[in-house]
Amino acid sequence: MALQIIKERNSGKINIVTIGAKADGGGTRTSVVTVGGDTCLPFLHFEGQVPNKPVIAMEVQSRIPEQWAEEVKKPFADVLSDPAAWAKKCVEQYGAEIIYLKLSGADPDLENHSPEECVAIVKAVLAAVGVPLIVVGCGDDEKDNQLLPLVAEAAAGENLLIGVAEQDNYKSVVAAAMVHKHNVIALTPCDINICKQLNILITEMGLAADRVVVDPGAGGLGYGIEYTYSILERSRLGAMQGDRMLSTPIIATVGYEAWRAKEANAPEFDFPAWGNQGERGILWEAMTATALLQGGIHILVMRHPEAVALVRKNIEELMVTQAF
Amino acid sequence: MILIGERINGMFKAIGKAVVEWDPKPLQDSAKQQEAAGAHYLDINTGPHAEDQVKTLVWMAEVVQEVTDLPLCLDCTNFDALEAALKVLKRPGMINSCKCEQEEMDRLFPLAVEYNAAIIGLCMTNKGVPKSAEDRAAFAMELVANADAYGLPLEDLYLDPIVLPVNVAQEHGIEVLEAIRQIKTLSNPAPRTVVGLSNVSQKTPHRPLINRTFATMAMAAGLDSAILDVGDEPMVDAIATARVILNQDIYCDSYQKVFRQHSS
Repeated sequence: MALQIIKERNSGKINIVTIGAKADGGGTRTSVVTVGGDTCLPFLHFEGQVPNKPVIAMEVQSRIPEQWAEEVKKPFADVLSDPAAWAKKCVEQYGAEIIYLKLSGADPDLENHSPEECVAIVKAVLAAVGVPLIVVGCGDDEKDNQLLPLVAEAAAGENLLIGVAEQDNYKSVVAAAMVHKHNVIALTPCDINICKQLNILITEMGLAADRVVVDPGAGGLGYGIEYTYSILERSRLGAMQGDRMLSTPIIATVGYEAWRAKEANAPEFDFPAWGNQGERGILWEAMTATALLQGGIHILVMRHPEAVALVRKNIEELMVTQAF
Repeated sequence: MILIGERINGMFKAIGKAVVEWDPKPLQDSAKQQEAAGAHYLDINTGPHAEDQVKTLVWMAEVVQEVTDLPLCLDCTNFDALEAALKVLKRPGMINSCKCEQEEMDRLFPLAVEYNAAIIGLCMTNKGVPKSAEDRAAFAMELVANADAYGLPLEDLYLDPIVLPVNVAQEHGIEVLEAIRQIKTLSNPAPRTVVGLSNVSQKTPHRPLINRTFATMAMAAGLDSAILDVGDEPMVDAIATARVILNQDIYCDSYQKVFRQHSS
């Protein structure tokens, strides 16, 4: 009797989200990025389709991130003060297919950039690169509710991914996305129930479900990554069983989480057994990314070019189909 | 939990009248209401007044399919009518129902396979409803064996352990719950289970409360689907709640609303 291999029959699908718009779509991008469409558990090509590979977004900040580890600042030392040049270097030298611009300079406790200054920075980055753009506020709700609608308006037609929408503060950014036709990052603090509820709140406002990308609030390697993994797993299983409120693509701020860790930053002379700090940090970021990939994420926001190269190779290998 | 809306039944006055007068509107209104309330299947039953069962069931299937894409559950004891209606279905439906009698299984199981339909198998014979869970499960096993022999996928076999009214057959309730549990162990993949929920409260003054309490108890025992009044909002809310408690749907604060927006 021939061996019958049992395959799961999934009834659900991850929504397909497109970021960026070329001229024919009303934008000025030279390329667009499409994520999602999975009809199986992560990379199980033999049980469904994985039509779009995960993409790596390289992170650019609207201020010099003096607090970043030296190892991460080194590759960008000559461009850290100029977000447009920084983005250009990410694309031209390191092959970034999408840029994540964090408007950290708008933080009232830091440079406190005005909303108009933020718009100018976004426009400069849009002019410097042809790849799609993710734009995220500084994290101060009041400030972000001022600047994100202006950014959305100034970049109308570019089909950005803007963020963030949270359970207690989502109406402003969702309205801006609806009016100016952008996509939204829905952020929740590592809680699948709030994540599902936030997607309901956002879609009830009228934003199409395929304009939402979820940030599950991933923990870094050693700092809660396995809890994040369990949420990603439950979410994907729910999506495969047809739960439409858990069928969004996922974004993770890998660089931010990984480089917060002591293990990525501690000097070698403090912890000789941990080895060379530079290599260690790069691996910490790469391993955070690869572990989260197994849980099923679609957009990875990363910082160090060498970590990016390692993860790109991992993605290529994971996308080789083992369908039978 | 698969919800089969029960309201398009000729025994209800408005539908019974519409069927006799060939008036599609009451059927179509009911179809749309039940779909909006979250039904996954629509049961259609000619009721006791239709003269030509074949013609009537076919007509009912056609007019309901004009207004909804939901699959239909064909509820009829006339097997010619079932066959005729199966022919006009636009998408795979459900046959309601087949007793554990060989001549019924020999007629209906091949039809289910031919038309890619699901079929409800009743754990009873022409002699009546058995008392114990074991006897119900024994009939279930016979239905499973026949389904397998005819090539019907077991996920398309819905076994009904026969619910009886709690006010006159009170000792049957726990037997039904135990039968559901046993039926789910009969094979791998397991057959599905279904009950006609409204039967448990027939001729009692507390129908909605009794129906929804039994529904959640049965779901804990492994109930996969039910024929019920999807317009009974507290009932559907209770079912949505049971799904969450049984860890079958992921909780969110708006879970009751989301349950009704099921994927197609």
